Amino acid sequence: MSETQAGEPVDYIAETRANYDALGFPPYQWVESSGTPPWSPAEVPLHEAKIALLASGGIYRRGQRAFHYKDDASYRVIDTSVPSEDLRISHFAYDLTDAREDPGVVFPVDSLRSLIDEGSLGSIAPEAFTFMGGIYSARKVREELAPALVERVVDQRPDIALLVPV
Amino acid sequence: MTSALSITRSVGAPRAAFVDFPLGHTTGKKNEPEMQKRLIKSALAAFHELREPGGIKILDERWSDDATWRKDPMRGGASSADAPEGDFRTPRLDTPQYQLPSDQIEAEAQHRQGGCGSCVGAE
Repeated sequence: MSETQAGEPVDYIAETRANYDALGFPPYQWVESSGTPPWSPAEVPLHEAKIALLASGGIYRRGQRAFHYKDDASYRVIDTSVPSEDLRISHFAYDLTDAREDPGVVFPVDSLRSLIDEGSLGSIAPEAFTFMGGIYSARKVREELAPALVERVVDQRPDIALLVPV
Repeated sequence: MTSALSITRSVGAPRAAFVDFPLGHTTGKKNEPEMQKRLIKSALAAFHELREPGGIKILDERWSDDATWRKDPMRGGASSADAPEGDFRTPRLDTPQYQLPSDQIEAEAQHRQGGCGSCVGAE
């Protein structure tokens, strides 16, 4: 982090707790993992690596169904050659203004293609996967959405995967 | 990549790159393709730089020179004076929330013949 940027990183866990408390709701249960995170070493150099892209900012493509705002655990398959003018955003929990004007702020497919063009990244998997974060049921994500996404991603045999949450 | 450090620490991602921007800008500022590319490039370098599970690389990009946006980060750094008080959340509607009315017409036309195959769990 630049030393000249004022202030400390926002603590969203504390902020959400305070918001819920002020509204009289029971505390939100954040996912807390214990133990050491899983790990696979990155073995392929970036300029040869095939990358998979997953994003939870509520991105869909023209012609696809938008997300709904009540524990929507569905996902969309988006061709990574998609023109950015065909990308749309629906999400209940963040200000969508900038993302709708420039989807690159939450779905960096143009940046990845540009890195491939300049030779610093190998390639991108043909399909990206998008969903809408803010799914209140951690169980639904753990038992249904995440395993389905893992299977789809592994099918494309990427070397690395980039997750872009909002 | 993440712009919510506390949440990423809590879930225990294998490796992460943190960008200290308001929510809704995980991969950069709008209409700044060079900055977006720089951020991604620096984040991807973390695949090889981070060597321990749970490592988080702090990306060296600034949102602005002052901390005003931190007062209301969930509204994308909008001025707090413009923000409504009380419950900030959008109603939890269970029907698709299209960006444009024309999106709904196109999607319904595509799905009328059966599933499109790319809206998994939403057919």
